[in-house]
Amino acid sequence: MNQFHTVGKRIPKLDAMDKATGRSQYIQDLKVPGMLYGKILYSKYPHAKIVHIDTSKAKKLPGVRGVLTGYDIPEIKFGVYKDNRPLKAGKVRSYRDEVAAVAAVDPETAEEAISLIEVTYEALPGIFDPVAAMREDAPLVHEAHKTNILKMPWKLHYGDVEEAKKKAAYIVEENFSTTWVTHCCLGASGALAWFDYADNLTIYSNTQIPSLAQKDFIDALDAMGMKNRRVRVIKPLIGGGFGSKLDTYAYEYIAILLAHHTRKPVKIVFDRQEEFIATSTRQPTLTRIAQGCDKEGKLLFRDISMILDNGAYTSWGATTPSVMMMPITTLYKVPNVRYEAKCVYTNNTYAQAMRGYGNPQATFAIESSMDMLAEAAGIDRVAFREINANESGYVSPQNFKITSCGLKECINAVVRELDMDRPKEKGEGVGMASLIHVGGGARVYKSDGCGTIIKVDDFGKVNVFTGASDMGQGADTVIAQIVAEELGLAVDDIHVIHTDTDVCPWDVGAHASRTTFVAGNSALGAAKKIKAQVLEVASKILDTPEDKLVLRDRSVCSMEDDTRTMEFGKLLRKAHFSRSGRMLMAEHFYDPANENLGRDFRGNLSMTYTFGVHGVRVKVDEETGKVKILDYVAAHDVGKAINPMLLEGQVYGGVMMGIGYALTEQILSEKGQCMNPNFRDYKILTAKDVVPMKAPVLESSDPDGPFGAKGIGEPGCVPTAPAIANAIYDAVGVRIKNLPMTPERVLAAIREKRGIDLCGIQAGKDTGDACVVEE
Amino acid sequence: MERIVSFVLNGSEMQLRIQDHWTLLHLLREELGLLGTKEGCGSGECGACTVLVDGMAVNSCLYLAAEIEGKTVLTIEGLALPDGTLHPIQEAFVEQGGIQCGFCSPGMILSAKALLDENPAAGEEEIKEAIAGNICRCTGYVQIIESIQSVSSRAQEKVKVVAWQADEED
Ligand code: FES
Ligand code: FES
Repeated sequence: MNQFHTVGKRIPKLDAMDKATGRSQYIQDLKVPGMLYGKILYSKYPHAKIVHIDTSKAKKLPGVRGVLTGYDIPEIKFGVYKDNRPLKAGKVRSYRDEVAAVAAVDPETAEEAISLIEVTYEALPGIFDPVAAMREDAPLVHEAHKTNILKMPWKLHYGDVEEAKKKAAYIVEENFSTTWVTHCCLGASGALAWFDYADNLTIYSNTQIPSLAQKDFIDALDAMGMKNRRVRVIKPLIGGGFGSKLDTYAYEYIAILLAHHTRKPVKIVFDRQEEFIATSTRQPTLTRIAQGCDKEGKLLFRDISMILDNGAYTSWGATTPSVMMMPITTLYKVPNVRYEAKCVYTNNTYAQAMRGYGNPQATFAIESSMDMLAEAAGIDRVAFREINANESGYVSPQNFKITSCGLKECINAVVRELDMDRPKEKGEGVGMASLIHVGGGARVYKSDGCGTIIKVDDFGKVNVFTGASDMGQGADTVIAQIVAEELGLAVDDIHVIHTDTDVCPWDVGAHASRTTFVAGNSALGAAKKIKAQVLEVASKILDTPEDKLVLRDRSVCSMEDDTRTMEFGKLLRKAHFSRSGRMLMAEHFYDPANENLGRDFRGNLSMTYTFGVHGVRVKVDEETGKVKILDYVAAHDVGKAINPMLLEGQVYGGVMMGIGYALTEQILSEKGQCMNPNFRDYKILTAKDVVPMKAPVLESSDPDGPFGAKGIGEPGCVPTAPAIANAIYDAVGVRIKNLPMTPERVLAAIREKRGIDLCGIQAGKDTGDACVVEE
Repeated sequence: MERIVSFVLNGSEMQLRIQDHWTLLHLLREELGLLGTKEGCGSGECGACTVLVDGMAVNSCLYLAAEIEGKTVLTIEGLALPDGTLHPIQEAFVEQGGIQCGFCSPGMILSAKALLDENPAAGEEEIKEAIAGNICRCTGYVQIIESIQSVSSRAQEKVKVVAWQADEED
């Protein structure tokens, strides 16, 4: 077994010291000379014609430097479907539609100017229910699109589901739904843009996709008539990402437009209400699932149809079915699978990527249904999962190739750690749910690559320029550990630069839990090249064959002769300051050998897959419907924990986000309007809600991962909701099919089961009074 | 309306002309450039703006600057010793994974300090209670609680914590 000196160690996050002492700068903290403050006016209607906009009063306000509306700007289109514009003209399609924007000398003036803009609307009928929006006569959100159903044919059928249905001994069928939740990054969104004399753009932005954002902004500049300009995207520290920063947004383009219009730097930073209203949510879903198995409990088919509320514009949320396909076709061994998803335009807020990227919604339906099917077949839930568990070497109907796979070990870990079989008190129940997620990149774009440049200085210090983005998850630290390990250095010797497209190589972005695997492999490749260079020069200087040299303790040492050792910095200086001297630099671009999904959606999306199982013990109060979590176990097969402390942080954070998703969080949307845009009414969990949690880590050592590692950023929040739903069923015998599982919903289900309606009246004892209950 | 306030900020006496409507958060961030104090909501719901006023954790986004007259304010910038030595709570957050994106950290650390100054051996439940007003989206709080506990559980040993109390007590 290899002995590592930094890999596998609980090394503090590299920037933690600065963060703990208040030195870290986020977009909120940035100021540049001459900077103006931008502010956005949003729509007053969910769907309306813009009849007239009068900006004259705003323009006259002292301190205002620029006012723009959708009629003042060129045709910049953005979003996955290019159906969105920075400022709307003609009509608005949701409450978060940007109608006008102002740049002023201070935030107060900008705010006041916004209030002076007069917009005349002509209200149009809105459509807020995706099912209704699919009807022929439904009002169209985008007239030019002719229908509200997006032309994205998410549809697959492998094997023969109809035939399998005939053979199945047991079949269950059920509907599930999930609603809007949002990222709630503590550091709100923001951007700061300016142009130089030649119209080259510099933009500081909270983004998880610096390279793709750069391309979007170059396109925008093109549309503004500025061809061939340079765009530099700089990422300040980010106060949380979770997928929210995986696209470019109107506010970024507005900052660019205002900066160009005023010839001044313009900064836009969201306040909390704006962050709730004007950033994107997780995709709400309506799911119908049928599953069947044979007498022995072997899964025969899985049949899923889904409707997704896309909202008024199209961001990555609409592509979440591509990731939902992963658990649908490959969580457990299912030979026959059918899946169809329709994304539908509505006048609601539009959805985006959020940690798990559709996987939590799909897994909620699948894993709830797994328990139902086990019960129907009379097989123990755990045994049922073991019968169907994936194994190394399995190739799923979607052509996902399972390499390392610790699913069974994770099931066992949960049974053991949760003590699942111990006797239960009244109202107590246990539940489990499994997950599969991409753990070795995800080829959703033309490239799934990441570049790294390493530069070594005269003092034995190393600069690593990576395409990876850290938003707090610890990418910087993991990369430093990998490089330090390879070069025999300490993590402190490594400075990871991940913030600036002018110096960092390309990367597709911080999504799909891919950073440790892809950026890690990229860094490892570059470090290996540096190592080869070090050995080459050291071999000459120390007069020792390369294969007899090792790098350790900041030195190059001969394995055989203790006197032939040289401190790393000294060796580098010797190599540098000599005739025909050299400085050591290396670059490496790693693009995993994974595949884009083909026409039939087959293709090995990821080099490897991460598996996990969550188990939970709950107590349900049958009088109030309140669910209390007594114990939680989240077991994951992570390949190799490069940094167990940071890894646990991802799991704990993911699980708590998942518990919020399961029990408390929801955007209350009334006819497209967010009714709870604040932390008081949007119930994010607090420290008081922390549950006793264990996070056993299984290391299956992935053959392709850097030091065996797989991705783990998202899995923590994937199977949380179904694990809890299954535990609630175990506790009180009611199946909750809609998220979040609020006390009201649980109580209603308990009463319905007992035959008591919501007004507390037992069925059959009709008193003649109508029971009116408000949702 | 304007007024002049005198107060102690991170160990130094200050006299400043302020506007009556300023919040303490505005004073710290915008007028004094102390950007370590963060704004997460501006309405008392997230705790990112927590600072200590006379040792008590307050949401500086709701606290009027005019009210600091004669008081002592500690922000995250004043917590480490002048020689750079971290406060044991800061050190614990760094060492034990209490910090991810870091946006909540200054407020979280100061809420923890207010608690441990008052109750050095605080247990898990007291810790949870004390930081219940500080929202963290990244960590799930587990390692934050562990960080604080690692300090409170050493209260008996009077480890380094003494160094930070010396000034105040002597
Ligand atoms: S900013 Fe003060 S409590 Fe959120
Ligand atoms: S570390 Fe990101 S909010 Fe707490």
